Amino acid sequence: MNDSTHWLLGRLDASALPFWDALQHPTTKNVINAVIASGAASMVVLGAIAVVIGLTWTRRWGWLWREWLTSPDHKKIGIMFIALALVMLARAVIEAVLMRLQQALGLDGGFLTAEHFGQLFTTHGTIMVFFMAMPFLTGIINYVMPLQIGTRDLSFPVMNQISLGLTAAGAALVMISLVLAPFSTGGWTGYPSFTGRAANPGAGVDYWIWAVTLSTLSSTLSGINFAVTIYKRRAPGMRWMRLPLFTWTALCTAILMIFAMPPLTVATALLALDRYLDFHLFTADLGGNMMNYINLFWAFGHPEVYILILPAFGIFSEVFSTFAGKTLYGYKALVIATLAIAVLSFTVWLHHFFTMGQSAHINAVFGIATMLIGIPTGVKIYDWMLTLFRGRIRMSVPMIYASGFLMLFVLGGLTGIVLAVPSVDYQVHNSLFLVAHFHNMLIPGLLFGMLAGTNFWFPKAFGFRLEERWGRRAAYAWIIGFMLAFFPLYALGVLGMPRRTVAFFTPAYLPWTLTALVGATIVLLAMACLVIQLWVSVRDRHLNAMPIGDPWDGRSLEWAVSSPPPEYNFPVIPEVYGRDAFMLEKERGKAYQVPDEFPDIVLPANSPMGVIFAVTGTAMAFGLTWYQWWMVLLAAGVTLVAVIARGFCRNTPAPCRVKRCVVPT
Amino acid sequence: MFNTPGCGLSRWAPSRLIIGLLLPLIAGCSDAHLSFLDPQGPIAAAQRQHFWWVIAITLTVVLPVLVLTPLILWRYRYGSRARYRPQWEFSLRADLAIWGIPLVVVAVLATLTWRSTIALDPYRPLASDQPPLEVEVVGFDWKWLFLYPEQGIATVDELVIPAGRPVSLRLTSASVMQGFFVPALGSQIDVMNHMVTRLHLEADAPGVFPGRNMQYSGTGFYRQRFVTRALSADAFADFTHQVRAQGRAFTPEVFSQLMAKNTHAALARALDGSDSVASTSHAGQTDDAGNPADDSTPLRFKHFPSGLFGAIVAHRAPDWGQDTASLSTTRPLSSHSPLPANSSLSIHPALAAAAPTGVTP
Ligand code: HEM
Ligand SMILES: [Cu+2]
Ligand SMILES: [Cu+2]
Repeated sequence: MNDSTHWLLGRLDASALPFWDALQHPTTKNVINAVIASGAASMVVLGAIAVVIGLTWTRRWGWLWREWLTSPDHKKIGIMFIALALVMLARAVIEAVLMRLQQALGLDGGFLTAEHFGQLFTTHGTIMVFFMAMPFLTGIINYVMPLQIGTRDLSFPVMNQISLGLTAAGAALVMISLVLAPFSTGGWTGYPSFTGRAANPGAGVDYWIWAVTLSTLSSTLSGINFAVTIYKRRAPGMRWMRLPLFTWTALCTAILMIFAMPPLTVATALLALDRYLDFHLFTADLGGNMMNYINLFWAFGHPEVYILILPAFGIFSEVFSTFAGKTLYGYKALVIATLAIAVLSFTVWLHHFFTMGQSAHINAVFGIATMLIGIPTGVKIYDWMLTLFRGRIRMSVPMIYASGFLMLFVLGGLTGIVLAVPSVDYQVHNSLFLVAHFHNMLIPGLLFGMLAGTNFWFPKAFGFRLEERWGRRAAYAWIIGFMLAFFPLYALGVLGMPRRTVAFFTPAYLPWTLTALVGATIVLLAMACLVIQLWVSVRDRHLNAMPIGDPWDGRSLEWAVSSPPPEYNFPVIPEVYGRDAFMLEKERGKAYQVPDEFPDIVLPANSPMGVIFAVTGTAMAFGLTWYQWWMVLLAAGVTLVAVIARGFCRNTPAPCRVKRCVVPT
Repeated sequence: MFNTPGCGLSRWAPSRLIIGLLLPLIAGCSDAHLSFLDPQGPIAAAQRQHFWWVIAITLTVVLPVLVLTPLILWRYRYGSRARYRPQWEFSLRADLAIWGIPLVVVAVLATLTWRSTIALDPYRPLASDQPPLEVEVVGFDWKWLFLYPEQGIATVDELVIPAGRPVSLRLTSASVMQGFFVPALGSQIDVMNHMVTRLHLEADAPGVFPGRNMQYSGTGFYRQRFVTRALSADAFADFTHQVRAQGRAFTPEVFSQLMAKNTHAALARALDGSDSVASTSHAGQTDDAGNPADDSTPLRFKHFPSGLFGAIVAHRAPDWGQDTASLSTTRPLSSHSPLPANSSLSIHPALAAAAPTGVTP
């Protein structure tokens, strides 16, 4: 790039195009990889164009702006979070299948270059954690929690918009990196000094840093929002020990977000200081030490896995109790166990680097601390089984996911204990055994939880059920596909196959990688079933309509309102008399009563803040990645002006519309 | 050097396939020694034992879930005649069991963990009536350099040790973080730039055991493998004499090629000139640059600059004036520290903290 455009484009030039390398060095392998990468890039571009054309054609821009993008309604923001998560899930699963295909063909070679494979596991891991799992669970909490505690919105609706905007910006950045490559190859953990400027000077690591930074900022804000809402906005009579279990897990997750996300924001920020301003915090010379990064990362990383799993635990609690037609067994024990897990999750992070050379006593202490978490987790599992015991179990789709979770999750727990014993971890650390273990927690745990939750609450959000037959097919395909895709990885790990390896030279691995490919293919079928399920459900929505709003004989307050709920959730804020609030009302014949009078309802006004943060966040991160400083300054300036302008928007007529102005809360 | 026979799968007869599938998990591979389930040294053997014990103990809480969940789901399915108690939510006996049993299991596991972790501490020297062989290990992009300060020789991607005698390793990285690992012998340990970690291993009997880097370190990572050859004491002595007599010279050119980002094959090509290597390469195996590659070209050096390991750790240039070539081959074995006493080594913080196992840098 010549000097005249350098101020404009920074270090961005034609070599960022995904086929550039293949043009320079047209080997067979490079061409294959360029075709794959360009295919993915054109899907992003064509997808974006199709959306724009579609919206213009159907004249939906105004509708999109008014009803969705600027809406402060927690339900709409929740749905947008989930939509984002599903799109990112699709991309990350396709990448996963590509990796499985590569490793199935990977004896002595395969078709992917090492560089391409490095980007695949990095984007897959980063997307799955930060742009699939986090938005999914944030979306579900957003949607369900205020309904469960009987309130009209989160405490900070505009901050909620900003959370969504920041996550969307991070996701956009990861998508843009498909078109203007490359992304980082440093894995989802991004350890320096591999991610330092000396080892990796290119734009890839910077994409990763800013995408993750945006996501962690978003999650910190979400955590604050959820926690404050649960503390401050419960309906009258909703005492702590009457909270639905999902709300309890939402609270614990929120607290974990508040304390666990900042360490990662700090870690990536410090890494950025190293890369941009030569701070030598994590380099090997001038006093830096990369072990500090690893420590900070896992101070985030371990609580993070509980951020991911706790909301799923909450969903499963609701599902088990609803579909067994029983009150939860051991509610108090479940609450105590959830709190114990949340606290203990901050005490075990060192188990991610037993091999880094610290003393055996420290390793042993952290190994034992890790096992302690097994106790409350075990209690939860048995409480759920006792909830099913003497119930009347309906095997609907959410219940299929939940049953699969119950049996598969304990296997992941078993291998987790194996990894927690340092002397054994010295053998399986960084091997595919570890990869199998965390997928065994994340797929049956987190992902099944989210899918169960989607099937469970979808009729609440849209007024019709998801189609049952395709839902079952998807659920069974997920369960079988997961087992075939990941159980072989335990064997491979025990046989010494490392994670993140593009190819291998040991024929004994081949049968296992082939089996895993079959599993990944079935997972792909499961994804297809999910798409078909959604399609069929929308097509036959009149058949499955559930306007009254209680499709499963539900127990908590969200089922008390119509489906979809009105913008204000509750015409009158309900009064709560016990646990399983709505079930109690139904049992006492008090459900669906028309209140005597309707007090005025005040709702927050629409605000463009979320969209502004999404746009400026993306622009700033993109500018930082490619050294386009004018873009960074411009985006920072716009953000600043927007925030200050927002400060002048009071509970006064102008500039908000009178009727629906902001309630400062 | 990597064309050791595969795990009984070299021919694809169906029965072989089944054996090939089952055998590795149960016993590990008998000929390739891929796994600690086929242990070839005391550490790996103990790790195998712990592995199965941990699984067995944990299964006491896991098995009931696997067995009872389907039973409950079936017995209490909608429409069955089983008892339905929608309000039942607490039983003291059940609660005592579900808190108590995991507690006991974790207590047992904790005891086992405490003992095994301290017993198998990679920093702990192995008990033996023979002094350990000292080896210094440097992880480069993407190959391993092994320095034998007492023998005065060096090898690349080939760790040669006497069987039945402990090996005491000091490890560092000349590049990013890497993970040094010989599964059949024992623990993996991270190696880090500007820092030294330690590891003690021992092979029971002569044999060849694959080893590798476990920590992703870039495009050549997947090729960063090495072999460990355990030889009888005599054969080991012969080997060192042979290398001292016939090995390559460790020149500044060798060092700069080691520091370059390349794989074993590319390094061998650079040192030998490409023609001599191409003729010995496996058919069809190519590296990323599309060149014929060979990971099996031996790279053995009859000397190296004294204190090379310390220099790499301290980011100093090697002292080409001092050389192990001047070592007397008949010098008695000693376990002296190869590092100059006044070297400005940055000490691994974990090492600085007094390690109760008695290891100091
Ligand atoms: C849907 C089926 C999935 C398949 C087939 C799959 C497959 C894979 C594969 C092949 C890898 C690379 C393994 C290696 O290092 O060699 C991987 C890594 C990873 N996956 Fe998945 N995955 C799936 C779902 C998920 C989900 C749901 C999550 C998280 C919520 C997840 C999180 C990760 C992470 C964090 C990594 C590590 C990336 C790294 O090494 O930095 N995956 N997965
Ligand atoms: Cu952890
Ligand atoms: Cu260190």
